[in-house]
Amino acid sequence: MNKRLQYVWLVAVLVLVGCGEPPWNNPYPVDQARANIVYSSFSERPKHLDPARSYSSNEYAFIAQIYEPPLQYHFLKEPYTLIPLTAATLPEVRLFDADDQPLPADAALEQIAYTDYVVTIRPGIRYQPHPALAQDDQGTYRYHALTRRQVAAVNRVADFPETGTRELTAEDYIYQIKRLATPWRHSPIAGLMQKHIHDFAELTERIQAMAPPAVNGERPFFDLRDVPFAGAQALDRYTYRVRIDGAYPQFKYWLAMPFFAPMPWEAEAFYDQPGMRAKNITLDWYPIGTGAFMLSENNPNLRMVLERNPNVHDERYPDAGMPEDVAAGRLKDAGKPLPLIDAAVYSLEKESIPYWNKFLQGYYDSSGISSDAFDQAIQLESDGDAELTPAMRERGIQLMTAVNTSIWYLGFNMLDEVVGGDSERARKLRQAIVIAIDFEDYVSIFANGRGQVAQGPIPPGIFGHREGREGLNEQVFEWRHDRPQRRSIETAQALLAEAGYPNGRDPSSGRALTLYYESMDSGPDGRSRLSWIRQQFAKLGIELVVRATDYNRFQEKIRDGSGQIFMWGWNADYPDPENFLFLLYGPNAKVRGGENASNYDNPRFNALFDEMKYRPDGPERQAIIDEMVAIVQYDAPWSFGFYPKSFSLHHTWLSNVKPNLMANNTLKYRRLDPLVREQLRREWNPPIVMPLILFALLLALGALPAWLLAQRRERSRAR
Amino acid sequence: MSAYILRRLLYALPILIGVNLLTFVLFFVVNSPEDMARMQLGERRVTQEAIDTWKAERGYDLPLLYNAQARGLGVVTQTIFAQKSLKLFVFQFGSSDSGRDIGYDISQRMWPSLAIAVPVLLVGLAINISYSLLIVFFRGTYIDTGSVVLLVAMMSISGLFYIIGGQFLIGKLLHLVPISGYDTGLNALKFLILPVIVSVISGIGSGTRLYRTFFLEEIYRDYVRTARAKGLRERTVLFRHVLGNALIPILTGVVAVLPLLFMGSLITESFFGIPGLGSYTIDAINNQDFAIVRAMVFLGSVLYIIGLLLTDLSYTLVDPRVRLA
Repeated sequence: MNKRLQYVWLVAVLVLVGCGEPPWNNPYPVDQARANIVYSSFSERPKHLDPARSYSSNEYAFIAQIYEPPLQYHFLKEPYTLIPLTAATLPEVRLFDADDQPLPADAALEQIAYTDYVVTIRPGIRYQPHPALAQDDQGTYRYHALTRRQVAAVNRVADFPETGTRELTAEDYIYQIKRLATPWRHSPIAGLMQKHIHDFAELTERIQAMAPPAVNGERPFFDLRDVPFAGAQALDRYTYRVRIDGAYPQFKYWLAMPFFAPMPWEAEAFYDQPGMRAKNITLDWYPIGTGAFMLSENNPNLRMVLERNPNVHDERYPDAGMPEDVAAGRLKDAGKPLPLIDAAVYSLEKESIPYWNKFLQGYYDSSGISSDAFDQAIQLESDGDAELTPAMRERGIQLMTAVNTSIWYLGFNMLDEVVGGDSERARKLRQAIVIAIDFEDYVSIFANGRGQVAQGPIPPGIFGHREGREGLNEQVFEWRHDRPQRRSIETAQALLAEAGYPNGRDPSSGRALTLYYESMDSGPDGRSRLSWIRQQFAKLGIELVVRATDYNRFQEKIRDGSGQIFMWGWNADYPDPENFLFLLYGPNAKVRGGENASNYDNPRFNALFDEMKYRPDGPERQAIIDEMVAIVQYDAPWSFGFYPKSFSLHHTWLSNVKPNLMANNTLKYRRLDPLVREQLRREWNPPIVMPLILFALLLALGALPAWLLAQRRERSRAR
Repeated sequence: MSAYILRRLLYALPILIGVNLLTFVLFFVVNSPEDMARMQLGERRVTQEAIDTWKAERGYDLPLLYNAQARGLGVVTQTIFAQKSLKLFVFQFGSSDSGRDIGYDISQRMWPSLAIAVPVLLVGLAINISYSLLIVFFRGTYIDTGSVVLLVAMMSISGLFYIIGGQFLIGKLLHLVPISGYDTGLNALKFLILPVIVSVISGIGSGTRLYRTFFLEEIYRDYVRTARAKGLRERTVLFRHVLGNALIPILTGVVAVLPLLFMGSLITESFFGIPGLGSYTIDAINNQDFAIVRAMVFLGSVLYIIGLLLTDLSYTLVDPRVRLA
């Protein structure tokens, strides 16, 4: 055989061998085909995995599976319900007066000087295997006194050959609370906790005074156990107490967040050794927890892998839920030990198109729906309900929808001379604008219908929200045909005339009233949004000037109160109305360093907020909230935009999926059927080589005349 | 030769200082140290005290370029620019503003970038050169005209189209390779096939057109006629004589980009999920991480200067008439 032909055959054989068993487009190793592994993705490298610093949903997707605070949210129950996680029971709340004498549970607010949250954790919970906990026979920690040379020899935590574990104790929770106060840990909630946890501000000062200075930018290990702290103390090996100044009933929700997860002191002793930071071996990168999973591979440029923690403690799938959970088969696993899967592989997927295609091929178990893929996946019925398209149904894909515990709103800066203040003129101007801005239209155009138009500041699922006619914002809507109907533009125009701007004309100039919209929108989508918002103001004859800027400058304008009109949003930290109503609380104004971006300050609203904040959920609290909502509906510092809806898809082989917008640790409940997945992947992805062969033949046929021509030229005489 | 290289390296110093200064000014026109702190600390519940601590810990509490409070040389050295820039000249990139070691990250991310860039360069060169020589061989025929039309059409199509089209056709419709992803070692091969094919095809239009021009300039020269008169086969004339003499302009383009290969391609890496350096700088700009931006721009400048130097040196290899002094 011709030697060249032999090479061609060799390459062909190698290629075919390399292709292996179908499906060829499987991005995962063949030996994982039938493994009990959930496949998902992340689009952006998580910035922080340290529970003292982490405060965003993409980071919680990982650390909430690893770190265990004392409490968690029930997976199935609605409304959101706190249940113990590592705690044996819900915390015991004890009230004290200024003389440290116990008070009854129904003591008046003014009497309460301190509130103690006493948490008892379950014995026998153990940390994941970790080199920070590895000890030799004498009980000395193996890796707490590493030399520079030893550090130089490792690149990852997995490079340390030995691991160890130990039992979780109450002291570990205290240690973490002290970490929140440590200035160089930059915990985002340190400022908030200074206001609530007793002795917290002083603790920060003590740590600052006692800690050794940084050496070449690296902080040597500083054992926080040596720093006295009256705000949190261990009462015994499994019980600790957190003391709050006065009352702060919302504190219980913080106890379900990773900020209050335990941290063994050994972790800091291990990670804070000289040279470790230069190797990127830090606690911010390699977590250590007691949760159902541990981070076995951390390469955020490629893949992050959560594996079942071999030391996982006994936790069972919930045996109660909502009636719809029974119908959906979400209680079939009741009482089974968690987690139900062995691992979860998260691959880096920056672009939505490849992600979506891989989901359709069965290589991701669940997916959101990007705008690009929306029409392919969802069809809207005449009544506005979303349904899967036949192509999706044919594949057995299931749709989950949920209204998020968040809100997008259009805000007026109440410090502004034109749109702000509590004058009748300004109020009517705002009321007119609020009617004119048709958020139903916005949701339909820019969110593919994925949003529920808001009637007030509190989203569904949070105590205080009212649905239907009860919750109607009568300033903006009327109740007709069993649904809210936006008031007519004539109503808005009449209000505008009453405000002194007939037909949108400013009497002082005789020209159209000019207002300014602060925008951080950019790109083609942003341009159409801005054009839409200009049209809404134009309906009233108002000229809207868009002041486009980047996000930094936008934030700066909001902080210093120089913006006029803007659009912004808020995601709930915890399911309590306080977490939304505080966005309109006067003392919390942005110009004073708070989160009230409108700088709204209504004395009556403020007084009601102070009262509502400390009350338990119940009719009295609801009545206060109703009055507060009515005040802001009338004053209109916001146009209550919409509560975004999340749509998610998952394949038929993935079970126990339920949107729970508060619980971040739901991976442990997922169940999947890897055999069905593998079978469907093969069915959906047969390699098709015929078009390639045809293309090669076509190319050869096309080249034939050229080859003949070349041969003829080679043989022809020189001219 | 050594004197020439030394001189060129010395010329590089003011260029690098200038590039650094320009990067610094451009970055801080858009972002202030306060913005950077807010980006790193998060938006919610962040206090001014935390921002001040963050800035002080990282040296961003100093003036940008001129410290009026300092004395003597301190007016220049006690500034963010001097503190952050000088170490770059000994290739100490330090830590990113989020606390990760930049040098380590670069050393990890350069390999996937190279794994795509090197095959794309080599296969692309081979195809572009062969195809352009083929066109030159058939100059003036329907093959030449048809090819030029095809090449212009290929040049006019956006690179993004090739990527999405390639993923759709080869990955989604034909199910031949994974649509995106990456792995280490030999497992990376199946993930490299598609991006390499797409990158090579998207480069054929411009590359082949350029090389065709180089070869056409040579094909009418006397030495080619002489070679033909000697009775050499056309294939030998083209691949040995024409190609050899057209190498200088080809080398100018190729050698200059060699050191930059490892800087990666943003769009390709982003769409194929390749964990290379291409997206490292853009991610850093989006995250307002000045430490990474500064390091990557500096590194890019150094590599570009080295590339140009290598180009000049390579001339002496392919053309004996060139002498560097």
